[in-house]
Amino acid sequence: MSVFRRPVPALEPETEAFWRACRAGRLEFRRCVACNYFVHPPRPVCPRCRGRELAPTPVSGRGRVFSYTINYQAWFPGQAVPYAIALVEIEEQPGLRLTTNIVNCPLDRIDVGMRVRVVFENLTDEVAVPLFEPEDRP
Amino acid sequence: MSERLERRAIVSGVGQSQIGRRLFRSDLDLTCEAALAAIRDAGLSPEEIDGIAAYPGPIQGPPGFSGPGIAEVQDALGLRVSWHMSGLEGPGQIMPIIQAALAVAAGLCRHALVYRTVTESSAAADTGRLGIGAGTSEIRGFAAFLIPFGAMSPANWLALYARRHMHEYGTKREHLGVIALTARRHAALNPAAVYREPLTMEDYLGARMVSDPFCLYDCDVPVDGSTALVVSSAEVARDLPRAPVRFEAVGTALRGRPVWDQWEDITTMAARDAAAHMWSRTDLRPRDVDTAQLYDGFSFLALVWLEALGFCAPGEGGPFVEGGRIGLGGELPLNTWGGQLSGGRLHGFGFVAEAVRQLRRECGERQVPDCEVAVVGVGGGPTAGCILLTR
Repeated sequence: MSVFRRPVPALEPETEAFWRACRAGRLEFRRCVACNYFVHPPRPVCPRCRGRELAPTPVSGRGRVFSYTINYQAWFPGQAVPYAIALVEIEEQPGLRLTTNIVNCPLDRIDVGMRVRVVFENLTDEVAVPLFEPEDRP
Repeated sequence: MSERLERRAIVSGVGQSQIGRRLFRSDLDLTCEAALAAIRDAGLSPEEIDGIAAYPGPIQGPPGFSGPGIAEVQDALGLRVSWHMSGLEGPGQIMPIIQAALAVAAGLCRHALVYRTVTESSAAADTGRLGIGAGTSEIRGFAAFLIPFGAMSPANWLALYARRHMHEYGTKREHLGVIALTARRHAALNPAAVYREPLTMEDYLGARMVSDPFCLYDCDVPVDGSTALVVSSAEVARDLPRAPVRFEAVGTALRGRPVWDQWEDITTMAARDAAAHMWSRTDLRPRDVDTAQLYDGFSFLALVWLEALGFCAPGEGGPFVEGGRIGLGGELPLNTWGGQLSGGRLHGFGFVAEAVRQLRRECGERQVPDCEVAVVGVGGGPTAGCILLTR
């Protein structure tokens, strides 16, 4: 279920692989080959060890709600509200976060710390966005 | 301690245009009004202005956001300058004020005109307030990780910070409400403020939600208006008609990751780093501050600034604002002009104008008695700059 007609992320040199992987049903982040640090948003260098070799690496797609907000304001005419925006911390690395939406979940059930898993919403033939739903959803 | 060059600079003049909702005047017209008022206030003639600076320059920003570029203003006022700059990236919206202080300290110019102008109210008159990226089909850059998820406003980005602060520290909506209500009470004493009618906690808690925990009254009010300052070399202070306002210290540090959603500890903001930097450049301490003018684009931001500047411990901003402490007559009067919440969203410069006027003891009914030291903190999320001003 789409919360609104989403603007589509452009396929840019540093970010193209992230969005294409989502379209293929995989959540992948760039990871430093030298020190194993996940680098997001995608950069051409590891900010921790300055390694220049980074490889797209799949993660489990599991995480926790680090924070959230229910947005009630329509930011353009006709936008459907309310909807849940969350900051989800990815299980594989503390501080590795995505701004995203919580879907398939009543808004009043969302809380900090809630376990979630990724689902994808296709926007074009090339781009999908990662959204999250409660992990305990059947 | 090596010499703090900002101490070679003073604020010699301040001026503001008409400030209001839907004025339908051009940004250049408002800017010229404010600039000429500031130059007159400094006791100078336009021929003596030899520097110009502004935030953010003529960028393609949201409607009514950018104001006129410095070339346009320089040309309109017939200025001949030795130093000029504008820019978006840097330590908050007050970046050009800090740069101007350093420019006069370096001898690049003697009297710099610095301004910030917005026409966001008129620009939104037909459409209402649109989100960032509204109406665009393809999103580039950092926004590509925010806008497609409906996180189309700093209200959303910072609501995430506020929720986390509530989760970790027990901060309540009522605490944010105290900041909004205090701003409104102060605005009632400022004839230039936009919203001056009384606001009660009941009104606040009953207001419509924007992005929870932020309701309507947690968000600043878009206006049209221009604020201008003249920043001068301290060498000329004694020749000027008004009491000079001195730069005691500036804070410009940024140690955390400068990315909205990757900032490590989102119960803090870049304010933490800028404030620590500022205090490292002065012997004054938080207890020496007579009034705080702290960015309240959202009420929560002022709370984080209070913590960042060390007026209370991290996480204790909520209890700190209770009991009248931040009102006029309290221990630390905050945003005595009404802030951006009730005075109008002048985007950072309104706080500086008020600090200067408080230090000059020009504030009438809202004057903080014996005001000697004022702190200004501007910016939200991964952007911040601050200035400690003295008379």
